[in-house]
Amino acid sequence: MISANLSAIFYLISGVLFILALRGLSSPETSRQGNFFGILGMVIAITVTFLSIGSFSSGFVYVLIFLLIGGLIGAFIAYKIPMTAMPELVAGFHSLVGLAAVFVAISAFLNPEAFNLGSPENIKLGSLIEMSIGAAVGAITFSGSIIAFLKLQGIMSGSPITFKGQHPLNALILISIVIVTYLLCSTQSANFFWILLAVSFLIGFLLIIPIGGADMPVVISMLNSYSGWAAAGIGFTLENTALIITGALVGSSGAILSYIMCKGMNRSFFNVILGGFGATDQTSSSLSKEQKPVKNGNAEDAAFLMKNASSVIIVPGYGMAVAQAQHALREMVDTLKKNDIKVSYAIHPVAGRMPGHMNVLLAEANVPYDEVFELEEINNDFANADVAFVIGANDVTNPAAKTDPQSPIYGMPVLDVEKCKSVLFVKRSLSPGYAGIDNDLFYKENTLMLFADAKKMTEDITKNL
Amino acid sequence: MEIDPFIFRLSIFILSIFIGYYVVWSVTPSLHTPLMSVTNAISSVIIVGAIIAGLAGNYDNIFNTSSIFGFLAISLAAINIFGGFLVTQRMLSMYKKKKKDK
Repeated sequence: MISANLSAIFYLISGVLFILALRGLSSPETSRQGNFFGILGMVIAITVTFLSIGSFSSGFVYVLIFLLIGGLIGAFIAYKIPMTAMPELVAGFHSLVGLAAVFVAISAFLNPEAFNLGSPENIKLGSLIEMSIGAAVGAITFSGSIIAFLKLQGIMSGSPITFKGQHPLNALILISIVIVTYLLCSTQSANFFWILLAVSFLIGFLLIIPIGGADMPVVISMLNSYSGWAAAGIGFTLENTALIITGALVGSSGAILSYIMCKGMNRSFFNVILGGFGATDQTSSSLSKEQKPVKNGNAEDAAFLMKNASSVIIVPGYGMAVAQAQHALREMVDTLKKNDIKVSYAIHPVAGRMPGHMNVLLAEANVPYDEVFELEEINNDFANADVAFVIGANDVTNPAAKTDPQSPIYGMPVLDVEKCKSVLFVKRSLSPGYAGIDNDLFYKENTLMLFADAKKMTEDITKNL
Repeated sequence: MEIDPFIFRLSIFILSIFIGYYVVWSVTPSLHTPLMSVTNAISSVIIVGAIIAGLAGNYDNIFNTSSIFGFLAISLAAINIFGGFLVTQRMLSMYKKKKKDK
């Protein structure tokens, strides 16, 4: 058994290691070392917890058993999961953090003596407030992440679910959470604790259903943030430094990612959260323009254009992930490089379904990360490039964001694809993107539409090169 | 008058938010997915609370309602810890620099 002071110092050390873990991600070279620091911090925290409890009773065996069960499941998932499914995986993991926070809070509420928080029905007021916050945020994280997971997995439709009176209802529930927390603290009644949990689960569910599939980058980042605040709430309850530090880190990390994603779409955070984007005008705008002529090409035309180019910029989007075309794409690029054609990749901040989604997929396909550029880094290069190869992206290339103040995406930063000498657009059909708006790029003189599955088209082009 | 220990914890919390803010802005955008999976893993340090809860039962009664929730939370957090760190490692090992052959 080690003293409370000593264990507090070890918890501080693991907190610092967690900071270093995030710090390592500033560049791919240091990132693996960072991940190691994270693991080390976790090992220290768990070991110290065992040592501080000290009594190695038979309960200890069960702790190890449950730890092992969870560990095996986690390891299995980590090795099996395809990289295209990362958004679902992360959403699923968030839900587990949320649920774990809820369970720890329940445990602490039922047996406060074990945590030095007082006795049942006589829990220290401060602890009870902290516990309620941890439990409520945890519950919101859990149910919200479940919905996000179902939407990303395609089990639930990605289209926003809205109904009349949605916002007043949500506001009412949020107010009731505050009231129930107050009643819980003043009466210490277990009933209010259960009501608090139930209401929090409900609001998490209601908050995420009106948000459309393509806004998932914001939602995932936001839930990431929530899971951190939940952990911090529990950290205050348990008076545990490692948990407080980690909660704060994760909370601010998720908040920053949400901000970056919102900026990438030129939308305010509240605009995304209130949801319902893309639910209107979907049909009217696309029908009117469907008649315009487009230039329709095949793999041979595309190969011809690229063979005669000296530089090609590739713009991947969610469609590439859906078609699992990243490997085929890399093979095509290899062939291009053999012909001394300069190739780079341009990634829009909100391409894909989560922050950095495209980068991971390209890395999986062995694309060196120094050929992959962010929007600001590469946007000026389009004017000097011969061919832009847009694969599975749509709205992030739409010039209407710069020219048409009426467009719902006006003001959103976009890739200046239209400045290229020619644009190749791989798409399954002319249907508009998630924003429900037509892309003027389809009808430009120098655009060649390649209607096919992204993977198949890329393979065919490679054959023709 | 003594300062409530809560204030110290609050100070740690607030300062950590600022550290998080600056550290996360320095994360390169291409590593944002690994950032999410690793923050997932580290937030599962909540397992320390789960372990305390799980071991809170006495000798005659290892499983009471409180400790059962603790045990369940241990498994949930462990899925996240192992899953989160391993999948992060798997992703990070894929990020490679251009080979200098040309």
